[in-house]
Amino acid sequence: MHVLKFSRKSLGIPYALFLILFVALPLLVLFYYAFTNGQGQFTTKNFTGFFTDPNTLGTLCYSFAIALVTTIVCLLIAYPTAYILAVSKLRQKHVLILLLIMPMWINFSLRITALKEILTLIEGNLAYYPFLNAVVGMTYDFLPFMILPIYNTISRLDGSLIEAAKDLGANDTSAFLKVTLPLSVPGIVSGISMVFLPAMTNYVVLDMLYNSTYIMGSLIGSYFSAYNWHGGSMIALILLAIIIAFTILTRGMEESDNRGVGGALL
Amino acid sequence: MPTTNENIIELRHITKTYEDGFVAVSDFNLSVRKGEFVTFLGPSGCGKTTTLRMIAGFELPTEGEILLNGKNIASLPPYERPINTVFQRYALFPHMNIYENIAFGLRQKKVPQDVITKKVKRVLELVDLEGFESRSVSTLSGGQQQRIAIARAVVNEPEILLLDEPLGALDLKMRKEMQLELKEMHDRLGITFIYVTHDQEEALTMSDTIVVMSEGKIQQTGTPEDIYNEPKNAFVADFIGESNIFNGIMTGHLKARFCGGEFDCVDDVAEGTHITAVVRPEDVIVTAPEEGTIRGTVTNVIFKGMHYEITIVSGKSEMVVQSVRSQKVGDYVGMRVDPDNIHIMIAEDHTNYFTADINSDFRLEFNGKLLDTSVTKLIKGSKRLEDGRVVDAAGDEIDPAKTRIIASIQPQDITMTDHVEEGLVEGYISNLIYKGDHYSYVIHTDLEQDFIVDDEYLWNMDDHVGLIMPIEKMTFKLKK
Repeated sequence: MHVLKFSRKSLGIPYALFLILFVALPLLVLFYYAFTNGQGQFTTKNFTGFFTDPNTLGTLCYSFAIALVTTIVCLLIAYPTAYILAVSKLRQKHVLILLLIMPMWINFSLRITALKEILTLIEGNLAYYPFLNAVVGMTYDFLPFMILPIYNTISRLDGSLIEAAKDLGANDTSAFLKVTLPLSVPGIVSGISMVFLPAMTNYVVLDMLYNSTYIMGSLIGSYFSAYNWHGGSMIALILLAIIIAFTILTRGMEESDNRGVGGALL
Repeated sequence: MPTTNENIIELRHITKTYEDGFVAVSDFNLSVRKGEFVTFLGPSGCGKTTTLRMIAGFELPTEGEILLNGKNIASLPPYERPINTVFQRYALFPHMNIYENIAFGLRQKKVPQDVITKKVKRVLELVDLEGFESRSVSTLSGGQQQRIAIARAVVNEPEILLLDEPLGALDLKMRKEMQLELKEMHDRLGITFIYVTHDQEEALTMSDTIVVMSEGKIQQTGTPEDIYNEPKNAFVADFIGESNIFNGIMTGHLKARFCGGEFDCVDDVAEGTHITAVVRPEDVIVTAPEEGTIRGTVTNVIFKGMHYEITIVSGKSEMVVQSVRSQKVGDYVGMRVDPDNIHIMIAEDHTNYFTADINSDFRLEFNGKLLDTSVTKLIKGSKRLEDGRVVDAAGDEIDPAKTRIIASIQPQDITMTDHVEEGLVEGYISNLIYKGDHYSYVIHTDLEQDFIVDDEYLWNMDDHVGLIMPIEKMTFKLKK
């Protein structure tokens, strides 16, 4: 009788199929479109075009600025919040954390629409402060993604390390700066990667705030709605390159953290 | 450096009560001389670490004073105290290399860079880890991390070094080595050491003075020899070394009755006093039956390398004996103890202790009668598995045949009855003393064990009574 034999390797087949279908293949398509023109011929024009067109470069700088400011604002709000939550001895702490996470569960367009109404009430016309509104919208949307990883890192910190610092003569401030803060860097890094890159591309937030300024995401969107798959793909590819570069950079930082010199960041 | 008579630190009436009302330490009084090696010894939860943390400044005492060189520091934050701590799990900073870890305290004090470098080098030599400056914490073994933790503390030249179970995470061989090294380091540095441990052998090996603690109170303070040879109460005797502990009574001048026999002793305690008698296993001499003060049957012999551990049952009492000569299980033997080696303590409380068995259903039995409680209710964290075995909180199996439960009950919680069959155990009244508002009776039971019962009514000597002991008044402890 023929016996069906499953080797361990065959268990990986569904995963491999998934990988090919939904990761490798789309990437190939992306590459194909990015380096071809409308007639299907190979070209680097999409690439050079991006870096020679002052408009696209301007958009890149503008989205970068929005993402940077959003990340900084998020960090400034999230770190103290996460820290206070993590070190507080409140018994109902999980309720507070829930309150902070809850917005993530409420439909995104509903939240942004509500924010739009509030901003309109304050500013009169949303068109006056496009940059500010973009930052406010993004910050509102991404703040929980910054709070959570930082909270996790701080609450897992070994309390005896802070006691050791105080025992060795560090006062509260100095113990925070020399022990708590450097050791919460992994949480900060993961928070930044959760906020910075989405903030460069999430143009839906701007659209819904009737914001007419362009970020990288809006650029891809406008190419695609004009059926220019080639230009849009190239921008997506460039963003992908930025993400990979960022990931390598932060991984390098975490590794040096493990080697014990992460404090050098300060 | 020899210790001087000058007290470096004094703890006066220190009490620590937590918000939930738990009293971790109560009325703790202690003076430590400069250069002394003091050990707080006790089981977990006895308040030793809390006391240490109050000296370090991590916890504030609810009441009392901590005088360092005569100045009250009880409310100073840790960073203003000239005291450093070696933490239980080292607490080395993972984001700094060894040099930065050790330099941390000196940098806080703004010591010049070249001095720091020199001091770090010197202290690394002291702990035998020369050249480790640029290594990272994660590349060190447990023993090496331990040394760095010590180096990081002593480099600050503290007046007192606190060590919170510093060897707890090391394996046995490493622990023994580090014990000697720490002792030697103490002698060399001349710093006062306050050491916390639950390991009695560690305490006996290293300390000048041992403070035995239980339930937030000091049970005894003394040199290792004092603590071992003259334990002040049953707790200390039980905790330090192995002991046979019996409830007994003085029956005459320098004569005590316990374990079913009358022994000569050297402690002059008035006749009729309830006592706790302690006999170390190594002090029991096994003899021919007719030469012994008491007699019994050998029930168990275990070879322990240096000696045999022999369990002899006499009546219902159990005597553990350590001897270089083995005995045969089932033999009937005699036992005697030199008067010098019997430690008589006046029983300051008259708590009755008795040993309960665990039956195959994991319920408690005493004197063949069922006590209506099960093992899982008594041992914190223990639970019954689906296959019927019972494991404790650490997951170790509890074997009903090998585990004994020490039950205790206060004299006033026992009632006597003429209907002997209603009692958990029966016996004759062998002694009675009028204590002003009640009588204190000694009931000599059929199990050769004396129970002390308080009763406001007068019974007669030699009355045959049953003892009713309500289970809700008993407390239970697992016997090691």
